[in-house]
Amino acid sequence: MSTPTLAAPEQRAMDLLRFATAGSVDDGKSTLIGRLLYDTKSLFTDQLAAVEAVSAARGDEYTNLALLTDGLRAEREQGITIDVAYRYFATPRRKFIIADTPGHIQYTRNMVTGASTADLALILVDARKGLVEQSRRHAFLCSLLRVPHLVLCVNKMDLVDWSQEVFERIADEFTAFAAKLEAPDLTVVPISALKGDNIATRSENMPWYEGPSLLHHLEHVHIASDRNLVDVRFPVQYVIRPQSTTVTDYRGYAGQVASGVLKPGDEVMVLPSGLTSRIAAIDTADGPVAEAFPPMSVTVRLEDEIDISRGDLICRPNNAPAVAQDIEAMICWMDESRPLRVGGKYALKHTTRSVRTVVRDLHYRLDVNSLHRDEEAVELKLNEIGRLRLRTTAPLLADEYRRNRTTGGFILIDESSNRTVAAGMIVEAS
Amino acid sequence: MPPAYRVSHLAALEAESIFVMREVVAELERPVLLFSGGKDSIVMLRLAEKAFAPARIPFPVMHVDTGHNFPEVLQYRDRRVAELGLQLVVASVPEALESGLVVESGDGTRNRIQTPVLLDAVEKYRFDALFGGARRDEEKARAKERVFSFRDEFGQWDPKNQRPELWGLYNGRHHAGESIRVFPLSNWTELDVWHYIAQEGLDLPSIYYAHERQVISRDGMLYAVNQFIQPRGTEQPFTAKVRYRTVGDASCTAAVESSADTVEKVIDEVAATRITERGATRGDDRVSEAAMEDRKREGYF
Repeated sequence: MSTPTLAAPEQRAMDLLRFATAGSVDDGKSTLIGRLLYDTKSLFTDQLAAVEAVSAARGDEYTNLALLTDGLRAEREQGITIDVAYRYFATPRRKFIIADTPGHIQYTRNMVTGASTADLALILVDARKGLVEQSRRHAFLCSLLRVPHLVLCVNKMDLVDWSQEVFERIADEFTAFAAKLEAPDLTVVPISALKGDNIATRSENMPWYEGPSLLHHLEHVHIASDRNLVDVRFPVQYVIRPQSTTVTDYRGYAGQVASGVLKPGDEVMVLPSGLTSRIAAIDTADGPVAEAFPPMSVTVRLEDEIDISRGDLICRPNNAPAVAQDIEAMICWMDESRPLRVGGKYALKHTTRSVRTVVRDLHYRLDVNSLHRDEEAVELKLNEIGRLRLRTTAPLLADEYRRNRTTGGFILIDESSNRTVAAGMIVEAS
Repeated sequence: MPPAYRVSHLAALEAESIFVMREVVAELERPVLLFSGGKDSIVMLRLAEKAFAPARIPFPVMHVDTGHNFPEVLQYRDRRVAELGLQLVVASVPEALESGLVVESGDGTRNRIQTPVLLDAVEKYRFDALFGGARRDEEKARAKERVFSFRDEFGQWDPKNQRPELWGLYNGRHHAGESIRVFPLSNWTELDVWHYIAQEGLDLPSIYYAHERQVISRDGMLYAVNQFIQPRGTEQPFTAKVRYRTVGDASCTAAVESSADTVEKVIDEVAATRITERGATRGDDRVSEAAMEDRKREGYF
């Protein structure tokens, strides 16, 4: 285990890992995050002093590290977490972004939000209680959002006498459950967040555990191959046409590479028109590049003059997404004021493309705890998940979400309130 | 996999910020970038330059001028704006004091009275998107704010009623009079900002680097003696080697003792520091546990 200090030179070669944490205060999640920040020297003395002062004023018996992340007045007053909080820490190997999501049942919305961009999700269980309904729900949501790596932390091992038997029972049960969810990569770590066992360093209290500490795993888990480098998908975000006397006849298509590798000379197809051309150059402000791959933001120029605008997509002629107006999708409903109903019309944003859509059919509502499908359901309320069929006013350039999280995900927006009301994951597009 | 497909964390952050800026220009009508001459807004301006190259930055910049400025910072602002050929909008607190839009607060600091001046300029120029350089690592309320942060027609932030932000799908829809604050540096830390300044060779106002200055010690912080801050009571001015970690209103921004006079030395110092930049230097954030949240609810940056 290397000592986590922020040596400046190495820092620039670090990569970035985004992870979501799920669990409630009772599971020790805030203690775990506090411990990770503390052990990587990412917690500042004034932050700690502020938390200690507030803890003391509230009469807490110990320094309540939950106060580090619970920043809003209502949260401190009610002792709850109401939103996703983002925290940052770094080791010489990696920079980490934590999307810290509250675990209560009503906050499925936040969990889905945090998981949508996560490379890895960390689920906590209390060793004394084992798996609870909430742990299964979190695992299910992570699999629904296709988070590539899952870590189950069996916490409070100090309170079960560091028992290998307790740990293995929980690990086996969770592994069996995760297999049903097609969770791609699962790691289980016995920890004590409070005492620091297996957080930054291997625990001396659990010699029977031969795996890595949590931080070691976070630093070394292989995420580079999670990116899809096969299917070229470049949603056009903005057309750059300088109105200037020094740069003339420049027409570049700016965007962020969703997947695949683009190179000058490649034959490409533009959707929805289906017209083909070749890549003339890939520009950045620092000069042209020989290749573009995710998550680079670049500007692509083509050899031929084709009419291309925002919302179009550049791909390869022999590997294209569906151009589809009938969409089968899983939906997580996120609006408390009105439920989703069949016949409802919404604005839909998918990559850089905005269309309108109508809900044609609700096939079922999914019980996230039992995975039971209720086919009698006629609506989806806040935090409910269901499978439905949509019809859009203009085609989407869509992949299955399981194949591509960028060209497979979308949001629904209420056209009167402008609120984001749902997250959608495409199952099938035709 | 070939190592060529590796992306450093700075490159990933840059790509994300550029994506965010392009989304705003594509989807909103009248964006403006809040440019204070502080390091975060300097980085943001560089990202804007990169996002639209070889075209010019397609929006103006706005400075909310409290009248309590560091002269080095104003000079820097004017030079950068001229180099990039940008339009500069100045929302002036002194003018607003004169017209009666705001009145001076009891303690003489102008942090809080900036807000009505900012909102007045937003209304006057009908800006519907404001780029701000705030980062989530700065402060607890900011840690929970969205990249696209919706503001009602009074410019207010409602932390309990934020739009979920999924994948890279930002929702900038709003009705007339409402606006979106956009924070492209949300996921950057103070250290990331400094690494980027080094990588890009960005020039900063000189006060970010160690220099000798007449200071007084007040509330455990070092304040420069200038036209806004004069010794009170038993306070004795002395010369110290200092630099600024943040640049805000000159009447409530403190310096830190430092010998870091180059960007590399600042990076080493920031990497080793144990106090947050706002905790170390901002009198305005020390008012209460929720000082920032309260100001944001009123329409602050």
